[in-house]
Amino acid sequence: MTDVLDSYRLLLQGAWITVQLTVLGSALALVLALVFGLAGTSARVWVRALNRVYVEFFRGTATLVLMYWFFYALPLVGFRFTPMAAAVLSLGLNIGAYGAEVVRGSLNAVPKAQYEATVALNFSPFQRMRRVLLPQAVALMLPPFGNLLIELMKGTAIVSLITIGDLTFRAQQIRGATGETLWTFVAILVLYFVIAQVLQLGVRFAERRVDRMLGRGPAPKDDPGAVVAAGASGTGVNP
Amino acid sequence: MEWDWTYTGEILPDLLNGLRVTVTATIAGYAIALVLGLVWTLLRRTPSRIVNQTVRWVTEFIRSTPLLVQLFFIYYVMPTFGVTLGPLVAGIIGLGLHYSTYTAEVYRAGIADVPKGQWEACTALNLPRSRTWLDVILPQAIRRVVPTLGNYLIAMFKDSPLLLAINVLELLGTAYQIGAQTLKFLEPITVVGLLFVAVSVVSSILVRRLEKRYATY
Amino acid sequence: MPPTEPTDTPSPSKAGDAVPRVSDAPGIRFEKVVKRFGSNVVLRELDFTVAPGERVTLIGPSGSGKTTILRLLMTLEKLDDGVIWIGDRPLWHQDKGDGKLVPAGQKHLHEMRKQVGMVFQQFNLFPNMNVRRNLTEGPVRVLGLSKDEANARAQELLELVGLSDKIDDHPARLSGGQQQRVAIARALAMRPKVLLLDEVTSALDPELVVGVQDLLRDIARQTDVTLLCVTHEMHFARDISDRVLMFDQGQIVEEGPPEQIFGSPSEQRTRDFLQAVLAT
Repeated sequence: MTDVLDSYRLLLQGAWITVQLTVLGSALALVLALVFGLAGTSARVWVRALNRVYVEFFRGTATLVLMYWFFYALPLVGFRFTPMAAAVLSLGLNIGAYGAEVVRGSLNAVPKAQYEATVALNFSPFQRMRRVLLPQAVALMLPPFGNLLIELMKGTAIVSLITIGDLTFRAQQIRGATGETLWTFVAILVLYFVIAQVLQLGVRFAERRVDRMLGRGPAPKDDPGAVVAAGASGTGVNP
Repeated sequence: MEWDWTYTGEILPDLLNGLRVTVTATIAGYAIALVLGLVWTLLRRTPSRIVNQTVRWVTEFIRSTPLLVQLFFIYYVMPTFGVTLGPLVAGIIGLGLHYSTYTAEVYRAGIADVPKGQWEACTALNLPRSRTWLDVILPQAIRRVVPTLGNYLIAMFKDSPLLLAINVLELLGTAYQIGAQTLKFLEPITVVGLLFVAVSVVSSILVRRLEKRYATY
Repeated sequence: MPPTEPTDTPSPSKAGDAVPRVSDAPGIRFEKVVKRFGSNVVLRELDFTVAPGERVTLIGPSGSGKTTILRLLMTLEKLDDGVIWIGDRPLWHQDKGDGKLVPAGQKHLHEMRKQVGMVFQQFNLFPNMNVRRNLTEGPVRVLGLSKDEANARAQELLELVGLSDKIDDHPARLSGGQQQRVAIARALAMRPKVLLLDEVTSALDPELVVGVQDLLRDIARQTDVTLLCVTHEMHFARDISDRVLMFDQGQIVEEGPPEQIFGSPSEQRTRDFLQAVLAT
């Protein structure tokens, strides 16, 4: 066990790479999710078709297969990717497809009456989306986005298979050097768990902020009614 | 480099062999996930705080750490406790264990969705606890969650390539091996990718059918 | 049926409030308007005119097409046939110069919507904005007012609807009646010349209805907008309107000043309807 702890620098390096991959991958996924999710709510058939093709294809592929394809297959036809680029691309494309479904579903779940109010106030199509529909949809998106973020973080472990020095890769190194199989894996599992918990805290924080924006959740100041309601919801006991 | 059709034809039988391993691992792992998930769910409902909190944190831990590392753990660590497993068996256990924490959540939600009146009716009929669960609650809960469970079967199928990391010659592993021998990766990996898309898309259409069928109760 | 009251009960408002109002608000004209939902024809070749500044209430059984008329005017539903005129311009069409009307593009609709405002049955306030932003978002983003101007306008309107102290609250924290007052203020903040009221008190608890109605009565007195109102509250209809249109199955059954429609309706269908509504 001490051998493993002695290699803490290596583990921290690996954890840093894992965090980087998570951030980059989810940034790409978020952009793709928004672009293709919005496309999925378009009135034009061919724009919606674009959404379907992207979602069905990239939800259907296995991330590891996609990553191998970027890393091993595409260079043979002239497209060369660094391991990092191949990893971020495959993680982002895959999770982005799930995210696009979340975005589309959440936008469709915003009551039609809200859209009508924006027409009545003569908002432009962009303003409708930017000022009213998207902000409200975000509240619905956050919980599933939180789950996808954890999925993506866990998914980064596969990059060790294309020689990126992430947490899992370092674990294999340390295991090779020290022979401490058990404690090495325990150590990195715990590290992954900690990262996941931190991410979850971040998502909860964001959820609370959005709830406040929508005037839900605990009252900002003196509102006795809301305090009672909040207390009551906490007392719910499973049957 | 051009796409080589003859080469593609030559490697296809090997790839289909790999697909057989992939499907075997998925189905066997899924069976474990379905049963073990139910065990977790029922344990979480026991009145003992120690039991249900332990189960809660164990499943949370398994769900929020990478499957790949768990596979390594089962494959490399278990032998130090005297349990040596073949790659495929270790892979199946890993898949099943990992996904059991997802199915547990699905069952939990399904049970929570069974209307309270159903429990009350059981009490009114004075049904014993085991009958209440087996004849009334679980059949309704499971019916509700069939489509969601179907989605996890697809998800698991797509996670099965990770088994190559513990030397299981499944679909992607086979493709990689072929590529490494011939130094021609394009055809095998592309074919594998297309196979995955084909299977996933077809099965998600089936799941959507299930959703329609089970949507109205 | 209570005895008819004169519509022009002397009100404490400004003097020149006589019946033929002088108004810069546009009139409205429906010409053979057709609206279908699938195979269901809601409006069949409907013709009617609303004078500039006139207050018109549409009554009739549900499904008779009243709300559809408001929604067509707000461009929430598409026109199937016919022409709707607001002032001297067609709402859904553009004149190509040769007198021929072609379906209008988004730009024209945007231009036409500037004149129209609507208050909804379910208020439809934006839950992601507090009261202030609900009132200022449109004036700032659409009308191009400065933040200060929009704020001043919002404060003035909140005073009018009696909710000055709620300016920083979220809609979710207001009662239904308060939300509807804010929604009225939000519609007015855009300075519409045509105001559409779609069953604005139907979703309110009974004890809140009168307050909102009183507010609308005051507003009707103080402004000279052209007002189209769909309601099931016959007292309100009587108080607020110059003219009442009785609808059934997408057509006007009877029309006239409120004292006539409510006092001595000439059509059997109107009598039946009024009896049914007043019985509840």
